[in-house]
Amino acid sequence: MNFFLQLVLSGVMLGGVYSLVALGFVIIYKSSGVINFAQGQLLAIGALVLWTFLSPLGLSVWFGGLLAVICMALLGTLIERLTIRPMTGQSLMAVIVMTIGLASLFDSLMPSIFGADEKSFPRSFPGGGLNAFGLSISYEYLISFLTSLGMVCIFLYFFHRTRLGLSMRAVSDGHDTARSCGIKVGSMFSWAWAIASVSAMIGGGLLGNIVSISPSMTSIGLRVFPVVILGGLDSILGCVLAGPIVGVLEILAVGYADPLTEGGAGEVMPYIIILITLILRPHGIFGRKHIERI
Amino acid sequence: MNICLPCGVYNTKYAKDMAIVRTRSHWLLLLAGIVLSLGVPVFLNLHWLSWVIETCIIIIAVLGLYFVTGLCGQISLGQAGFMAIGSYSTAILIGQAGFSYWLALPTSALITGCIAVTFGLPSLRVKGFYLAMATLASQFLILWLITHPPLHHLTGGDNGLTTPAPEIGNIVFNSYESWFFVVMVFMWLMIYFAKNIARTRVGRAFVAVRDSDLAAEVLGINVFRCKLLSFFIAGLFAGIAGSLFAPYITRIAPENFSLEKSIWYLGMLVVGGSGSVVGAVFGVVFIRLLQQITVILGPSITHIPIVGPPLANYLGGIVFGMVIIIFLIFEPRGLNHRWQTFKTSYRLHPFSY
Repeated sequence: MNFFLQLVLSGVMLGGVYSLVALGFVIIYKSSGVINFAQGQLLAIGALVLWTFLSPLGLSVWFGGLLAVICMALLGTLIERLTIRPMTGQSLMAVIVMTIGLASLFDSLMPSIFGADEKSFPRSFPGGGLNAFGLSISYEYLISFLTSLGMVCIFLYFFHRTRLGLSMRAVSDGHDTARSCGIKVGSMFSWAWAIASVSAMIGGGLLGNIVSISPSMTSIGLRVFPVVILGGLDSILGCVLAGPIVGVLEILAVGYADPLTEGGAGEVMPYIIILITLILRPHGIFGRKHIERI
Repeated sequence: MNICLPCGVYNTKYAKDMAIVRTRSHWLLLLAGIVLSLGVPVFLNLHWLSWVIETCIIIIAVLGLYFVTGLCGQISLGQAGFMAIGSYSTAILIGQAGFSYWLALPTSALITGCIAVTFGLPSLRVKGFYLAMATLASQFLILWLITHPPLHHLTGGDNGLTTPAPEIGNIVFNSYESWFFVVMVFMWLMIYFAKNIARTRVGRAFVAVRDSDLAAEVLGINVFRCKLLSFFIAGLFAGIAGSLFAPYITRIAPENFSLEKSIWYLGMLVVGGSGSVVGAVFGVVFIRLLQQITVILGPSITHIPIVGPPLANYLGGIVFGMVIIIFLIFEPRGLNHRWQTFKTSYRLHPFSY
């Protein structure tokens, strides 16, 4: 029982970070309807950029973090302007293939710029962890979870209270209506990509404390797909809740199924979640249900 | 379609209008192409011969993708996974069940087709991105099942499986030179099938489903059956490609069928122009040539200071990503469109109207 609770706890903590990364994906989808296959690559790039500022350049966490945020926001805007904007009016498939192309470009660029070896952040979190009720949790997981939670709250505030966030939601409801209200739809797309890149970077930075930082972090980025499918593509709340669910199921698979299958159950669990969700409830837990016969 | 007709050719019969090969020069070019492609081993070294064989196999796989993605409009990210099923079932059927290769090939193609249909089942309820997810999941599930218990005793896990050389009578296909002919014949056959299936009732129904599934249903097309059929054909082609791949590579291993391969196949289709058979062939040859060029250029790039050495190892992927992005922005209809424009302007030369 204790083993089970321990696994659930770790899963929830890990899932918090998944939620944060998936949030960036949902933001892009909600505002522009673009499916971003390069979210995992943005996560890895973010972690590597942050590492560059913290470790070789030796900046403090706050200053280095701020620089990384600026870099990623610029990168996101640049991606949108150079590759997604020219695709306006093209079919969904073309846009999906475009982000797949971006993903494979980044996959090769990352190791050539940052090197393929595994890196780690200078130790910024205290070692050890909390112990209570026979369960233990390391500070890395706890701080990652709390930061993710904080970021999600900031995003929720941003989308419900600030002018920019409200404009982005208006764009997601309808481009023409938003335009007639005086919102620049194009620049909202750029903002969406910038915010998505930054949230991926923060997620990558947090994961970088738990696993090692390398271009192969992109495989963790593929976890956003089960999260967004389970939560519903266009639901921020759904993605916040689905993150921990996916995290818990993954860790449970690692804990219970791995001894039977000689490893790898944790990696394949997210895809089983995808298939089951698609068959039983394609629009996810909280997604908007499109009434359409296909 | 008629724009592509050479000037001065007037059809007097419907059969003539429908023919794939229309004029005497078409026949000439086709025969020359077949003879030339079969004569390739004479003037290629072993490295390029293996390149040609692999290219032909990939062409067959991408032709399968052409049905499901190009014609029917369902994005599939699992073609390499389906190819894995074809390869492994061939190897297992020969090794464990004692089939001859020539029986194992159609059997494993059918097995792959049926499994592809199973993974196409979500298309009953979802489309677009959701279906891409389902096929992505299938890619991972298939590879995982191959490498983990309980199936790994059958498939050899990460070590892979060997396939004995196929034989007909006294001829043993144990070298690249001999296997080349089998692969080449199959490639021409599959191109012919693909071209023809696209022209049948079913092929036209695929296009209708791609352009508007609602309108297709109103026209009396069973949309769901159509989508499943497209998955079945894609699986069939992938199965044949995988089956031909097994004796070529001799030891099949999971890394031959990674997600990266699936993505490359999709990229090849897009670069070539997703809506045509010629486009699929062009795309594969173009990307494979670029890949080969980057392999050759890679070492020489290391001499460029600063940017050279780090880029050299990853040149292939960088070029591939760039090519996809550039094509989607500047020529979304792919190489095929350029080829058609060239043909038309050549035929109308010197009158450009």
